Amino acid sequence: MADQGETARHIPLMILAWAWVVLPFGYGVYQLLLKLTQLFAG
Amino acid sequence: MIRPRVDEHVRLDDRVMAAVLVVARDVAMVRPSERSTVTVSMATGAALEQPHPIMDTRTLSTTYCTFMSEDGQKPILAAPGGFLSRSRTVAPPNWSRWLVPPAALSVHLAIGQAYAWSVFKPPLESALHVSGTGSALPFQLGIVMLGLSAAFGGPMVERNGPRWAMFVSMICFSSGFLLAALGVSTSQYWLVVFGYGFVGGIGLGIGYISPVSTLMKWFPDRPGMATGIAIMGFGGGALIASPWSTQMLGTFGTDTGGIATTFLVHGLVYAVFMSMGVLLVRVPPVGWVPRGWVPAKAAARALITTANVSARNAIRTPQFWCLWVVLCFNVTAGIGILEKAAPMIRDFFANTATPVSVGAAAGFVALLSLANMTGRIVWSSTSDLIGRKNMYRVYLGVGALLYLTIALAGNAHNFVFILCAIGILSFYGGGFATAPAYLKDLFGTYQVGAIHGRLLTAWSTAGVLGPLIINAIADSQKAAGRTGPALYTTSLYIMIGLLVVGFLANELIRPVNPRFHEPQVAEMGPQETLLTRQGGS
Repeated sequence: MADQGETARHIPLMILAWAWVVLPFGYGVYQLLLKLTQLFAG
Repeated sequence: MIRPRVDEHVRLDDRVMAAVLVVARDVAMVRPSERSTVTVSMATGAALEQPHPIMDTRTLSTTYCTFMSEDGQKPILAAPGGFLSRSRTVAPPNWSRWLVPPAALSVHLAIGQAYAWSVFKPPLESALHVSGTGSALPFQLGIVMLGLSAAFGGPMVERNGPRWAMFVSMICFSSGFLLAALGVSTSQYWLVVFGYGFVGGIGLGIGYISPVSTLMKWFPDRPGMATGIAIMGFGGGALIASPWSTQMLGTFGTDTGGIATTFLVHGLVYAVFMSMGVLLVRVPPVGWVPRGWVPAKAAARALITTANVSARNAIRTPQFWCLWVVLCFNVTAGIGILEKAAPMIRDFFANTATPVSVGAAAGFVALLSLANMTGRIVWSSTSDLIGRKNMYRVYLGVGALLYLTIALAGNAHNFVFILCAIGILSFYGGGFATAPAYLKDLFGTYQVGAIHGRLLTAWSTAGVLGPLIINAIADSQKAAGRTGPALYTTSLYIMIGLLVVGFLANELIRPVNPRFHEPQVAEMGPQETLLTRQGGS
């Protein structure tokens, strides 16, 4: 079903949908990495 | 074998050409009293106002009904039901399956907030004068409700579809925060417990299982990866919520007004965030399979079935209980370390030349969270390549060896301790994320969400068992005057024993006996359909 042409029609929706979840997730991972540096600092 | 009656005609609207396809077991999902009734019909003609004679029969093996266009490619009329019904979520032909994982993630990233509840504990304790035990109650009740609603709400989720389930989850989870806000602002702590714990907990359980079977129908070629993404999201939810909630409390304050406002904002933001999943989720059309994927070829691999087993029958099989033991002991081994990670690493290296500071211990906890989350997607995806049984051999067998390494190495090398802990926690996360795909291999996709819900009782059990073992033994060793690795050595050997038992339970898993399989509709010719049992695993 999702061949290249069909997928192309959904690109804007795909970008929005993935950005919707990846951006907050990226924020969480960033905050985690900040904490993680303490392991090597300690 | 059951010979079904063809006794149901569906009035169609004025669209041209429609086929009504209802499989016996799907009728059973809609109306349990009609379990032995099947209607498989193809009706032709426009503006059908009267029951139309049966023209043809078709075989169908999905779990919902739909109305198809003449060429059988396009669903043109949803079965009766509102916006939330399963039939209204059937994807159009050009729908990309890669839109489904973000829908699942929007729910799992939200409900994963539950693991960040500890952020609210100190402010609640000082503002409402509740004890430490009391401030943990909303979380504890929430986890209990997660297990109960996942276990008992599974069949409802399967019957009503993922959009309904995600909507219910969104309403419950957000309402939980709103009720908690009301409780804090009126200083009625019981309302916080009831709102966040009871109402919100139902949202956790329904939300956790809501995308499972849908993802596996969209990704029958990579079920491990698909569910790994969603279940990784549950771990990621706490990563987002913890710093976000802390910042919000800093902004609004930690008095009752500040906490209530924080809860209110959480409820509203999570409702908006989860609504994307409600709007976006789709189930695949009847008979859809990924391009180039052949079910029979996939089923040729050991332990992968093309048959289906109901949730009711699944818990009667030894395979379900073997997998229950596998999951329970794998989670017990991981959660024991996760729950005690910071004091454990500090105790281990307290008497060495390189003691671990409080800050470094916090970093170690963060590292384990990362390992847990990464393991969910990496190992679960790997299971698509090497098979579920082999993957659990690694989780349990190598996990036991890693525990043994920690026990034998003691406090000689802190990097050995850290590397082993990373491995154990990645296997812990992987064990969670691979379980739905293992269930799908054994029991099919028919009610895999409901079966998964029941399997999650193993998680609840492990959640009690793991910390209990580690804490009780550490406390008794401390009372006996021991320090350093000696506080945990006995616990480590107990974990090894549990992992070995889990390994053996995994070895006992065989294909499910065909007597547990659901009947399959087999094409017999016009106006006659026969129900037969599906083939072996």
